[in-house]
Order: sequence, then structure tokens, then C-alpha cells
Amino acid sequence: MITLIDYKAGNLTSVRKAFTHLGQETVVTDDPGRVRDAQALVLPGVGHFCTTERLATSGVRDAVLQAIERGTPFLGICVGMQWQFAGSTEAPETLGLALFEGSCKRFETTLKVPHVGWNQIRRTAEGQHSHLLKGVPDDSFVYFTHSYRAPVVAGVSAVTDYGETFAACVERDNVFGVQFHPEKSGDTGLCILKNFCDYANERSTR
Amino acid sequence: MSTGITKRIIACLDVTKGRVVKGVQFVDLIDAGDPAELAHLHATSGADEIVLLDITATSDARPILIDVVQRTARQLFVPFTVGGGVRSLDDAAAIFDAGADKISINSAAIKAPEIITEIADRFGSQAVIVAIDAKRKAGAAVSAEGTVPAEVYLAGGRIATGRDAVEWAREAESRGAGEILLTSMDCDGTRTGFDCPLTAAVAKAVNIPVIASGGAGSGDHFVDVFKAGCADAALAASIFHFGIHDVRELKAQLQREGIPVRLPC
Repeated sequence: MITLIDYKAGNLTSVRKAFTHLGQETVVTDDPGRVRDAQALVLPGVGHFCTTERLATSGVRDAVLQAIERGTPFLGICVGMQWQFAGSTEAPETLGLALFEGSCKRFETTLKVPHVGWNQIRRTAEGQHSHLLKGVPDDSFVYFTHSYRAPVVAGVSAVTDYGETFAACVERDNVFGVQFHPEKSGDTGLCILKNFCDYANERSTR
Repeated sequence: MSTGITKRIIACLDVTKGRVVKGVQFVDLIDAGDPAELAHLHATSGADEIVLLDITATSDARPILIDVVQRTARQLFVPFTVGGGVRSLDDAAAIFDAGADKISINSAAIKAPEIITEIADRFGSQAVIVAIDAKRKAGAAVSAEGTVPAEVYLAGGRIATGRDAVEWAREAESRGAGEILLTSMDCDGTRTGFDCPLTAAVAKAVNIPVIASGGAGSGDHFVDVFKAGCADAALAASIFHFGIHDVRELKAQLQREGIPVRLPC
């Protein structure tokens, strides 16, 4: 059972649909108790970083931290991944989880911002044995749509270029994040979500 | 360092009464098939994105067919945009709920531009495409400054607004649109090529992606609209529905011309 965290920003339908397609049951909640007790957590995210403020005020932020501490598999998507960093210049007063070092910043490029469309990911040295990217060749295409990007620091398992090199995937123990939208990235994206499900299911049967 | 981002090929399904149709310059519609089947077919044959437009929702003054959106979205795992008859935040919410990733607004945005901001605030700018149907002004030439006089039309090309296309694209961006879908009414359905000067004028005027639409008839037309037209994406309908073009073949041609595309796909 995958628990999708609803924080009243954007649209969960696509993510939910992708898990359903993979034969995975999902439940949508904004209740801290259910988040704490989840078998696996997914935080989808679109829109402004400040929307994550709601997670702090509702108690979901603390519940997520407790779940991570207990080893619960946790996947952040887009802003959900950015939230795993210390914060973002998009909303400087909103705190992230600081599971990864550094903050997200707006793209510094002469290219168009937002970065919208299909771009390629490649593993970093520490991403060579990534669980999430199992069976996904380097230079696979995935779908992005974002204006802020996370820095390439320890824990980053894959990167992408758009005027500069930024974090496309992060992974440390039971915490995973993707800047792109796996639910919109065709077979590559479905493979990544399936890897997350496999990791979560393996863990829950142990 | 490469920019990495690829130029997108978007397959468009013009839908009326639950069926995909294709007309010439917005009239004379003929049946092209079932939307869910065609969307899946296009996605598996390499289209980067699918757009479904209910082309008679506005003129019939009825909401978009939600069950068609739902059915089409179910097995689609590439970005999916839905447009036609979106008049309110509630309309947009229902479409997102049915499985769309982006909505395209046209007439409603011109009549009450604040709807762009409302939807963007709730669902994010990435979810809001402002569609502009533009027609070149008769007798008006491209000026030395590169401006291309073109007028915005509403309701599937039925009503002239007096608004300038480039100026409206800029306003849409400032109000929170995440992308512009620019359709040339002069070129639509003619298969004689995109309106590259108009596309370039809009693409240079805004800092958000511009999707060119109207006029695709051959691979060379796509090459032109990405090079001369500075488009970020190009949309076509009939050439894909009737199998004149294989998307992979088209992408291979673009790649040979040095245009970055998602291949293999």
C-alpha cells in the first residue's frame, strides 16, 4: 500500500493512476497519524515551494520525519524532492527537511525558465548502484517541468543538464527523490516507480 | 554543456461529441477515430505529449466531456493536456481530477484573464496553457522590427477580438500561463507549413515555451518551425491520425537536421 500525501497543492490523479497501473494500491491522506504508520510514502508535488508550509503546520512534516527514521520508504516528486533539501529561494522562510545538503535555487541561465520538456538523466558515481534507477540506462529521457533546481551534493544519484548541471535524482537509504515526473515519463518513469514499489514491498515482507 | 532539453512533438486530438475529427481551417469535419485509442497509439509511437481539444464545447456552450478525458487519461503516461470549454476554476479542477496534467484555455482567458492566475495559483503555472488562435491581418506585412501583425480569434476561430497575438501572449505569461499554444488559423489544415514568422515573433516575446500549431504537412515543416520559428514544441493532428507520418521517422529526420529530440522513444 502506497500512501500519497495530499497537501492541497496540485493534482494527485496522475501519480495515483501510475501506481494503479503498476498494480499497487494507493491511499491519499493528509492525516499525520496515517503518514506515520504508512508502509511507503510518496509526496507528489507541483507548484510553489511555499505550499509545503502546510505540511509543517498540519503536523505531516514531523510524521514524515518519524516515518523516515523508522525506515519507511519515502519518494518525493518534483517539489516533493526539493522539500528534502534545506529549503528553496522560491520561499526562503519555508523549511525543507534538510535530508540533503544545500538549497534549491532558480535556474541561472539564458535559456527559457521554466525548464519544460523531455531531458536526459545520467548517474553520478554514487548513483551507480541506485535502487530507483535499476534497469534505467543512462541518457534515458524523462519529463521535467520546474523553475527551481536542487544542487549536486552528496546523495545525488543522477543529474541533468539545462544550462547548468542539477540534481535529477537523490537517494539515501530509504529516502528517494526525483525532480522530474515519473508518472509522465512513459516506460522509463513507470520503471522508476516500479523500482520504488519493489523496494517498498520487499521491505514490508521482511 | 548541452542544453539537454529536446524539442517536443505533440499529437493533437480535436474532439467533438466524443470522437476525434479533423477539419480544414476549423470547418468541414471528418471522423478520425476514438480519442482513447488514438492517444495511446500516438504515445506508443513516439509522441512526446498528447493534447485533447473539445473543439465545439465553447460554441455549443457546454462543459467538456469529462468521461472522454477520464477514458483517455487512464492508460496515458506522457503529459496530457485538455482544452475546450474551460470557463472556471471548477471546470479546470474537474478536468485535472479526470487525469489531465495541463488545461488549455482560450476564449475564457480572453474574456476574463484573471482565470489564468486563479488556475495557476491553485494548480501551478506548469498546468496552464493559454491557447491563442491567430490570423494574420490582411495586407499587413512583417515590420522591420520583426513584429508580425496577427489578430486573436475566439470560439474555435469564430469571433475576432481585435487583440494582437504577440501582445496577448505577453499578457498571458505575466498572468501566470506556463506555456503558449499558438495556432495559425491561416495555415491550419492546409498542410503547407507552420507560420514560422508569427511563431518566432511570439517565441521571442515570451520566456515560456511556445507550441506551434497549424499547417504541418511534412517533416520539413517541423524542421522549419524549430529552426526559423524558434518553437519549443510543435503540434499536429491530421498528419498523425491518418498515418502519413510516423513520429519516430519524423524525429529521426529532425535529429539528422541537428534538432534535439527524444529518440529512442
